[in-house]
Amino acid sequence: MEAELKEMLTDLDTLKRSLPDHPSLNSSIDKMQLRVEHLTNLAKSAPGRRLKVKDMSAEVVDSNPYSRLMALQRMGIVENYERIREFSVAIVGIGGVGSVAAEMLTRCGIGRLLLYDYDKVELANMNRLFFRPEQVGMTKTDAAVQTLSDINPDVVLESYTLNITTLQGFETFMSSLKNKTFCPSKQGIGVDLVLSCVDNYEARMVVNQACNELNQTWMESGVSEDAVSGHIQLLIPGETACFACAPPLVVASGVDERTLKREGVCAASLPTTMGVVAGLLVQNTLKYLLKFGYVSPYLGYNALKDYFPTMEMKPNPQCSNAACLERQNEYILAKPARDAAAKAKKEEASEPDSLKDKINVLDDSERNITLLQESETSLPKSATLSLIASITILMEGFVPSNPEVDSLADAQIRLSLAMEVLDLNLIKQRLDHLNAL
Amino acid sequence: MEGWDPNTKSTLTQIPLLSTKAGPRDGAAWTQRLKEEYKSLIAYTSMNKSKDNDWFRISAANPEGTRWIGKCWYVHNLLKYEFDLQFDIPVTYPSTAPEIELPQLDGKTHKMYRGGKICLTVHFKPLWAKNCPRFGIAHALCLGLAPWLAAEVPILVDSGMIKHKDDIASASES
Repeated sequence: MEAELKEMLTDLDTLKRSLPDHPSLNSSIDKMQLRVEHLTNLAKSAPGRRLKVKDMSAEVVDSNPYSRLMALQRMGIVENYERIREFSVAIVGIGGVGSVAAEMLTRCGIGRLLLYDYDKVELANMNRLFFRPEQVGMTKTDAAVQTLSDINPDVVLESYTLNITTLQGFETFMSSLKNKTFCPSKQGIGVDLVLSCVDNYEARMVVNQACNELNQTWMESGVSEDAVSGHIQLLIPGETACFACAPPLVVASGVDERTLKREGVCAASLPTTMGVVAGLLVQNTLKYLLKFGYVSPYLGYNALKDYFPTMEMKPNPQCSNAACLERQNEYILAKPARDAAAKAKKEEASEPDSLKDKINVLDDSERNITLLQESETSLPKSATLSLIASITILMEGFVPSNPEVDSLADAQIRLSLAMEVLDLNLIKQRLDHLNAL
Repeated sequence: MEGWDPNTKSTLTQIPLLSTKAGPRDGAAWTQRLKEEYKSLIAYTSMNKSKDNDWFRISAANPEGTRWIGKCWYVHNLLKYEFDLQFDIPVTYPSTAPEIELPQLDGKTHKMYRGGKICLTVHFKPLWAKNCPRFGIAHALCLGLAPWLAAEVPILVDSGMIKHKDDIASASES
């Protein structure tokens, strides 16, 4: 651009000299030259894209994008910050929470981000962070890659514009998670963590399915439709409750997750609540990946009362998800090895204080849900009670049958036995025939 | 079943229930499930026809039975309003219900998500989850789409958001 502007100036100069002396023409050419000079200055001051950085330096200079992050090491918070460049994180759903989480991880210098979304940027998204009005009409994944690669070109970005709930989308989702070309020496699958930032129950169940099958740890996040509460949850297949074991929102607020409406026109949203939830989610992610502090198994956020409930949920032995049950069995089988390792670790260091204050609010043998409440937090008694009540409601929701329909089911099965011999195509033809009538 | 009108209730109890818990990734079990889906749809369609309350056509658009397309219609003030109907079977089916889409109504009502997916009532999803795997496509249409059409079509017509096809034809002639 600068070179072109320079050429333009030369052209204008030649034009001025070749023209006969004409005051009004000369003055307008002068004006044009001034404008071009102004543009040249603007072009010079426009920020260029920063170059890739080979190693993260701890040197404190203005030009080092990682100096403040590497300082975490010097302050004794993180042992080895630069490890962050080895990690791959998949973010499912690039909306109000996912896009902000992606930006945070990008600024932290994460190694690789995999981004999944099928939606486009709309003006209605502008009450949230990250996307800009000029990106309206772009797919959220493309717009995110555009912004994120400008912010930090060191991050490897992969974008997948697809709907993970469809059969085809799910297969691509699974194979992209399994791909290990970024870090072939790594244990497990190709990613270190999956972050679910979707806005509906169906998509959460799909992430849950994939992670249970791949034995992949993931974190779930959500903001309520009234925009004033949210939560994050850590899910380790076999070890903690999976999303099908107990939907978390029911436990926290007494609202059934399944009845939740999504973004779009049905729901309200605030940049604040979404920003807070994204912050909590990425904070937990950094603690989990870089091994510092306490990784929360569940953290709720009630914006109206500024109340942050925490709890732990054990897996449901009657979970409807077959892959969850497989992981639960593996976890039980691995118990002796785990105990030995824990014992060895215990001898090395004493237990963290926070665990000593653990109070079991519920009989976990019955409910498989343990509430953790730190003694200094002033949780109103009524809130505890409503929590227990809502868990009971949740369990009632699990009653696997409806007697009214059950007796009918038996009758129907007997009736349908006669039709059992028909093959699928014949039955299909029958419906087509009926449709044509 | 609180919150449902008696008609929907009695219709629902007559739709055959399914027994195979299988989704599109489950191979032979999915074929079995598909058979049950068809049987249930056949029974529901025949029942509607016999009661002179025929209101939809639906059939699988691919051999795997994961994509379904058809039509549905609703009669308001003696005029019939017909819409394209479509949905995909989600990978986590039947744990999660299909998301029914009416693409022609996309953007015309608040009771819809982007892409024309209808907003289901607060009653529907818990009931679906409680009755997994016995509810199928026919039940989703009966409990999800039918009440939606009954509630939304009159509002869409009265507010002028949708017009009857005869009105559109006569308007373009004049």
